Amino acid sequence: MAFSRYHWRAKAEAICIPLAALFVAMILFGIFVAFCGKNPFAVYGAIFKTAFGSWRSFQGTLLRSAPLMLTALCTVLPARLGLMVIGNEGALVMGGLGAIAAGLTLSYGAITPSPEQLKATLGLPPFMVLVGMAIGGIVAGGVWIGIVGALRHYRAVNETISSLLMNYIAIAILNHLVEGPWKDPSSLNKPSTFPLPEAYRLENIVATRVHYGLLYGLIACAIAYFLIAHTTFGFAARTAGGNVKAARVAGLPVGRLAIIICFLAGSAAGLAGMVEVAAVQGQANASLVAGYGYAGILVAFVARYNPLATILVAIGLGGIINSGGALQRTFGMPDATVLVFQGIVFLVILYSESLYGRFKIFREPEIPLAPPAATAVTV
Amino acid sequence: MATEALGWWGVPLGILAGTLRGSAPFLFVSLGECLTEKSGKINLGLEGTLLMGAMSAYAISYLGASQWGLSPAFSPWLGVLVAGLAGMVLGSIHAFLAQQPRVNDIAVGIAMIIFGSGLAFFLGKPFIQPKAPQLPTLDLANWSSIPQIQSAFKISPLFVLGVLLAPLMAWFFRSTRWGLFVRAVGDSPDAALAMGISIKKVRMLSIIAGSFLAGIGGACLSLYYPGLWSESVSSGQGLMAVALVIFARWNPIQCLWASLFFGGAQAIGPALQAVGIEQGRYLFNAAPYVLTLLIMIITCSPKKTLSGAPGALGTINL
Repeated sequence: MAFSRYHWRAKAEAICIPLAALFVAMILFGIFVAFCGKNPFAVYGAIFKTAFGSWRSFQGTLLRSAPLMLTALCTVLPARLGLMVIGNEGALVMGGLGAIAAGLTLSYGAITPSPEQLKATLGLPPFMVLVGMAIGGIVAGGVWIGIVGALRHYRAVNETISSLLMNYIAIAILNHLVEGPWKDPSSLNKPSTFPLPEAYRLENIVATRVHYGLLYGLIACAIAYFLIAHTTFGFAARTAGGNVKAARVAGLPVGRLAIIICFLAGSAAGLAGMVEVAAVQGQANASLVAGYGYAGILVAFVARYNPLATILVAIGLGGIINSGGALQRTFGMPDATVLVFQGIVFLVILYSESLYGRFKIFREPEIPLAPPAATAVTV
Repeated sequence: MATEALGWWGVPLGILAGTLRGSAPFLFVSLGECLTEKSGKINLGLEGTLLMGAMSAYAISYLGASQWGLSPAFSPWLGVLVAGLAGMVLGSIHAFLAQQPRVNDIAVGIAMIIFGSGLAFFLGKPFIQPKAPQLPTLDLANWSSIPQIQSAFKISPLFVLGVLLAPLMAWFFRSTRWGLFVRAVGDSPDAALAMGISIKKVRMLSIIAGSFLAGIGGACLSLYYPGLWSESVSSGQGLMAVALVIFARWNPIQCLWASLFFGGAQAIGPALQAVGIEQGRYLFNAAPYVLTLLIMIITCSPKKTLSGAPGALGTINL
């Protein structure tokens, strides 16, 4: 595909405006930091150093960006269809539950193994158990958001609100299961499920402290990009997202598309839950609710629903989240500081949406074909 | 224990007490959301506003009594006022952003949830421990000798205020010039424009006034029930308000009934726990969310728009 000049200018606009917005957000947050009596330059320096300063700290950033890529897809995919799904947190939690159920069943033969069962695993190869866990996470998360899509299609329930409510329901189910039916009696302080056997956990990528979940995230984003940009399915979704009526007239099954897309979206977030369970926690407990879901919404927005841009934005936000601890230690700022920063970035980026097409530099110079009409109707 | 003496009567009594206490924040937030949505915009960010209101009310009440030497009877009320003002500040940000061209008001709402709750957690960190003076209560059950009944009928003046506000708002929409403006802007912006009404101004004021009410709803949480400030104090009540307004068909009086209903649903879990039923306590905590979802499934339909829905609700401004 040859780049026309129009493409060039549109691309420049799509890069310049978010960057400028990010810059403005940093200035605003800097003012906020200064109000709190801290030196904004020192704070930004610390954020940069702990996020990207060395290979070791960058690994911490990558570690946190892995689930972000996956949860962001939960908003990115439905957005291509014009749906605004924000049930990422709930889908992640359900995915984690599905993964731990599959993992424990495949390794001990039961979700709550008896002491005899705990003594020996079934002896399946780790690869199979991990695949089983991934399927468990994908199906559980997919069904969870699939419900949102189905409600939208069959009952016209607003997908934003229903998916938000489902977040809270998922967290209640998690608490119920880890405190009751699935509880490991030996987890006293922090109710959890039984832990996965060490042999079946997701390992780190060779010579790093980053687990393979990062690869899952990268691959999922690549698949999502391919699906949207290079398949008929993606074309149908984009058409329906652009104009539902036109898509219906063209005979596209809009409702079924919505449900499938929502299933895929949920399965991405569910996979994030599987990664958290299989690589980070080793069991399911309240730590699954760590805010990756809500941060994923932000990533999706900043990336303007582009799966490839999602990777970059997720790494950037992963860096900010990674530096939260350092802000707490060095500057004595509360951990909510990172949340304030995220909020400011989010708001400024949203405002910048209204700037597209407003600057003359990014507009193709028009060639006047005919003398302008006598009167122009303004809206 | 007196609870045991009451036996199973403790359950309906507990639900009643929970209804009278827990519905006050729902009432204020849903009335605020009702006003906002009547003007044709959705404010999902009321969750953040609620938290910010809860935090600022608690902080001012505490600081007023312990630092500035205000009387403990007065400083909570100052807290309520400041909570409303804090809500207005957040509301004006939402109102400005949500009315920009090509900006989705639902997205702004989510951003405001993150920003508002982040700000509330940030500023509220020092106030998690100390004890702030609470709002006074009206004791309506001094006739009873049973302590549970007495405590169940300790009603907050804010609740009474909210109950009075609902018919007042209904009257405002029905019979005042400004109420007509809000309805016109929400139902048909074109018609409103033809009437010479500034859509921007009306929506701006509706959103800010709605956020003021939501801020006061937050004050109900931190200064009355549960009467403390913690990061989990609101747990999605601001979001439920959006569904609640749909349930109430954008009618302030029905917002009142819906709020009482939700307050009651929220109290089922704790009431059962009080008589010793621990099983499934977390699932009961999800009752309000499940209820909201069920209500939406039942009331929504792909065939027609909901009766009473403002015509311009959810349309994107170009």
